[in-house]
Amino acid sequence: MFNLNTFVQLIADGLAQGSIYAALALAIVIVNQTTGLINFAQGGMAVLAAYLGMTASNLLIPVVGSFAGIIGGILFAVGASFALGAALERFVMRRFMGGDPDTAVVATIGLLTLITGLCGLIWTYNYIPYPFFFPSGASFMVGGIAISVWSLTTFLTILAMMLVLQLLFRGTKLGLGLRAISINSRSAALSGIRVGGLLMVGWGLAAALGAIAGVLVAAKVQLVPDMFDAYLVYALAAVIIGGLDSPFGTVIAAWGIAVMENLAAAYLPFVGHDLKIAVPFVALFLVLILKPEGLFGRKVVVRV
Amino acid sequence: MTLLELVDVTASYGPVKVLDGVSLSVPEGGSVGILGANGAGKTTTLRAISAMVRRGGRITFEGKDLRARRPEQVAAMGIAHVPEGRGTLTRLTVRENLRVGAYLRRDAKAVSNDIDYCLDLFPHLRERIGSTASALSGGEQQMLAVARALMAKPTLLILDEPSLGLAPTTAQSVYDAIARLRADSGISMLVVEQNANLAFRVVDSAVVLETGRSVLSGTTAELKGNDDIKKAYLGA
Repeated sequence: MFNLNTFVQLIADGLAQGSIYAALALAIVIVNQTTGLINFAQGGMAVLAAYLGMTASNLLIPVVGSFAGIIGGILFAVGASFALGAALERFVMRRFMGGDPDTAVVATIGLLTLITGLCGLIWTYNYIPYPFFFPSGASFMVGGIAISVWSLTTFLTILAMMLVLQLLFRGTKLGLGLRAISINSRSAALSGIRVGGLLMVGWGLAAALGAIAGVLVAAKVQLVPDMFDAYLVYALAAVIIGGLDSPFGTVIAAWGIAVMENLAAAYLPFVGHDLKIAVPFVALFLVLILKPEGLFGRKVVVRV
Repeated sequence: MTLLELVDVTASYGPVKVLDGVSLSVPEGGSVGILGANGAGKTTTLRAISAMVRRGGRITFEGKDLRARRPEQVAAMGIAHVPEGRGTLTRLTVRENLRVGAYLRRDAKAVSNDIDYCLDLFPHLRERIGSTASALSGGEQQMLAVARALMAKPTLLILDEPSLGLAPTTAQSVYDAIARLRADSGISMLVVEQNANLAFRVVDSAVVLETGRSVLSGTTAELKGNDDIKKAYLGA
């Protein structure tokens, strides 16, 4: 029997789940917009950020109380991530610049392995709870439907970040500079754009955004070094479906994937929970065949 | 007053030495051409000025040494370089390309006036203002490249073979605009061009490069009267 209550909850959960895919996907889009690369380490960096936030919060809470301690931990995670992202660009990725882009992408896979291993080494592979504002199961009722507080928080946070990013890339000089260096950094430098500095800003922004996603996920499922591996797959699907150069499209695609996945698992008996991971990939293939630039991407017309 | 001066400039790509003693100077308000065959080092000379290649010798602009500077710093000093291949920012629109040109400027009002000036100079661009640069024809992309360089309000405009790959009539119209720009603003220019007939429309003197050295220089009139130049570059 169709149950409206279940249906609405499936959608709400899907939007929240999709928001996490979206956050990671947005981070990937930022790095791609500045360097033209896909950073496979983005999820790993987000996990590291969440561990740093957890450690900072746990140190701060006994001193300043739980609310200020949680805020302090999140700010520390975001700030440290920005610095780490910028440093990784300057001291690791910069060395691959001007070479084959494939080499640089493989280097990011190496970074993912390294960062995941380091997290395991420092914080072990056991689940560690993340101190957050409310328990992960908290919910409230709207017209007889239970909405998870975590879902709503996550959804609103990512929505706000998407708007800020869209504004940054389309409406500011910094965004214009970031886009220019991704297309042709040598040519951009001839217009006086400081390529090195902007690359660091791009990586830093992406890492800071990833940190927020990391904290939100940790608040729900607890911390473990590989907690983002599965998210990375969905985030990449969202990035491709949404179009690599469109933050707006990426978020819509991420929500769409997660909602579709939840609905398919619940309502299509031959899909079920075991096969639901296939849903985004079927969508991915269809988009790649029918509209290879992504649903919201700009078509690049090349004339010779 | 000398605006730009190169004395015995050398440059190499890895172990390959491409420039082996290039000297030239651009006076304030002057326009100088660089002529030479393929591989003579014309493009590399321009790259040496913009710090896009490892270089030696002396390069000064407005009396300041350029050698320790990076490309973006050279640009910030007032040198706008239209590179070989145009450097079009393909995924940006025409308007965004022009805004990138004005990246270092803070005077928003003057920038939008200058965009208007560029669109008057290159009316084709006005019709394409919202399209992505990759959709432009070769001639339009070259016009966009020049316009983008102008948006920086440079003291010196460096043009690397603006006629490359263009149909003769298109090349003519690009040079029409450059000539008009020179007449309007008296901007200093350094122009690399294979086609000396085109270059002579916008420069008052020129330097001839051969295998990485400057071998001859003179005013346009002197060079036009030189038999070797006639044979090699003017098709006479």
